[in-house]
Amino acid sequence: MNAQLLIQLLVNGLVVGTLYGVVAMSFVLIYKATQVVNFAQGELLLVGAWVCWALMVKYQVPFYFAMPITMVFMFIFGILIQMVFLRPMIGEPIISVIMVTIALSTVLQASMKWIFGVNPQPFPPIFTSQSVNFLGLQIQTVYVMSLVVSLAMMAAMAWFFRSSKHGLAMRATAFDQQVAQSLGISVKNVFAMSWAISATVSAVAGVVVAVVNGVSSGLSIYGIKVFPATILGGLDSIGGAVLGGIIIGLLENFAQFIDGEYLHWGNLYEVAPFYVLIIILMIKPYGLFGTKDIERV
Amino acid sequence: MANSMIPAGDFRTSYAADTTIFPTVTSRNVAIVSIILVCFAPYLFNEYWLSLLIQIGIYGIAALGLNVLVGFTGQISIGHAAFFLFGAFSSAYLSTKIGVPAFFAIPLSGVVTALVGLVFGLPAARLKGLYLAIATLAAQYILLDFFARAEWFSGGSVPAMAEPFSIFGYVFQGDRQYFYVVLAYVVVCYLLVTNMMRSRDGRALVAVRDHYLSAEIMGINLTKYRTLSFGVAAFFAGVGGALYAHYQLVVSYEGFGIERSILFLAMIIIGGTGSIMGTLMGTAFVVLLPEVMEWLSSVLAGGAIDQALGLKTNITFLREIAIGVIIIVFLVFEPDGLAHRWHQIKAYWKLYPFSH
Repeated sequence: MNAQLLIQLLVNGLVVGTLYGVVAMSFVLIYKATQVVNFAQGELLLVGAWVCWALMVKYQVPFYFAMPITMVFMFIFGILIQMVFLRPMIGEPIISVIMVTIALSTVLQASMKWIFGVNPQPFPPIFTSQSVNFLGLQIQTVYVMSLVVSLAMMAAMAWFFRSSKHGLAMRATAFDQQVAQSLGISVKNVFAMSWAISATVSAVAGVVVAVVNGVSSGLSIYGIKVFPATILGGLDSIGGAVLGGIIIGLLENFAQFIDGEYLHWGNLYEVAPFYVLIIILMIKPYGLFGTKDIERV
Repeated sequence: MANSMIPAGDFRTSYAADTTIFPTVTSRNVAIVSIILVCFAPYLFNEYWLSLLIQIGIYGIAALGLNVLVGFTGQISIGHAAFFLFGAFSSAYLSTKIGVPAFFAIPLSGVVTALVGLVFGLPAARLKGLYLAIATLAAQYILLDFFARAEWFSGGSVPAMAEPFSIFGYVFQGDRQYFYVVLAYVVVCYLLVTNMMRSRDGRALVAVRDHYLSAEIMGINLTKYRTLSFGVAAFFAGVGGALYAHYQLVVSYEGFGIERSILFLAMIIIGGTGSIMGTLMGTAFVVLLPEVMEWLSSVLAGGAIDQALGLKTNITFLREIAIGVIIIVFLVFEPDGLAHRWHQIKAYWKLYPFSH
């Protein structure tokens, strides 16, 4: 048994897992507020990463300007998506809404390939030092940044929902749309806002992944990994999403360790989350923290 | 002329009249004549157009299964391509490794695919449609990974071989002969589903879609019918895949990722969810769309639009974008698909000079 490798992989898992957690959090945000299952979450990461990349490489904008510009862009982009594609679907059956987001993911994915090409592009380096020494482990600086940014985003989200007026309005809407509306909350704005915030947060996560791995259409896999994470945590629980993301990230890397050391199947880490997903659907379909559907007739 | 027309207003006085497949003698004759006409297609079209027709037939069968699930039961599957591929591999396996004749291997692989589908569908069938969507998404990844791994079954990285279709020792060779096999399967499958939807089980599925609580109160077992519908969907995906295997004679898992599953969804949305003939229209639309785009790009070649968009090099991306945009446009503006448009055209001509 190779303890050094195991620890290294678990650290990786934690870093990747927090990123999954962030993306899952923004997925749940949309689901809770608007009851839309967003299959295009991964593409929001992709668009954000490409926009930031284009600003930095094509227009030579320094990172500390490029990042806010990307965030503003994605904020508006999220609102636009909600207004153009999702607003006409309000009141339609859930499968139509799901299909719109699936189609949206196809369109965004193909457009990005069309505009930026199919080849992965390296992200310009942001840090001068490659790695830091932490308790005897060599950890890449980008990983530290990834962890810090993820935790910061989670904290910001927690503050937003707990203490800000808009966050409260969003929680009220998620709780009961009609009651929220009768209390003077504009449900329309809340819907647009939830997409905007979700897109912005996803874009930040996308840029973080891009800094570590480069930009390519493979980024959108994060949007797929959201499903094991959110099912594990419970579809409508933000805390559950974060925890689910971390567990899935750790599990992936643990599967890679088992695979590499003992089984030698190859690629186990890519499908392990989906096996977990099926098992959870079998034994605990509403996840760890999800609210169980109780129907009264 | 007694039975050849429907009187103005829609008078149906018995249940038999209400559930009949062909409301008039004319419509039945039109259907029979058009099937006979299609039988002449191998003599009228060249190889290329014939291969497109065969593709429409094969994908049409798989899409039909998906339409039973999505259109009639209101569930959604994002792993249809994986089940299609499973049918293809299992028919190839049955025909080459075990030696089952292709004639029996095709329905048999449909049954095997349905069983595999149930493994993924069962946990989700207890819950709402959304959970089935996520479970089938997992099925898509797990099955494709399985195909890449299981060399005994799918050949792993080497494509699997399939025997050509044969019946009583007569081997069907070439597209021209295989066309009739596909045509026979299309007719049988479409008749099967049409009849299923007229039966108690079919009406139960529609009831589950329209209001599952009311359906449950009326004594319909939700889990049973959701599972049944998912099994039917996987069955037809398997049959379509098996036909595909014996058509191509080589099956590889490449190109059957989630994009292909989305393509299947596009077929039924464009054709019309909950319309049996619409499925075929939508499949034809999706299969012919690349041809139309190819043609358009060759017409526009060299022009200003071509230079601005780079049509030739980017045609694959443009096709994907077109599929996505068309799905959205249909969902927003024509949720009932081409079938609905077709009914409107028919209604317009039926009432022609006095439509109001």
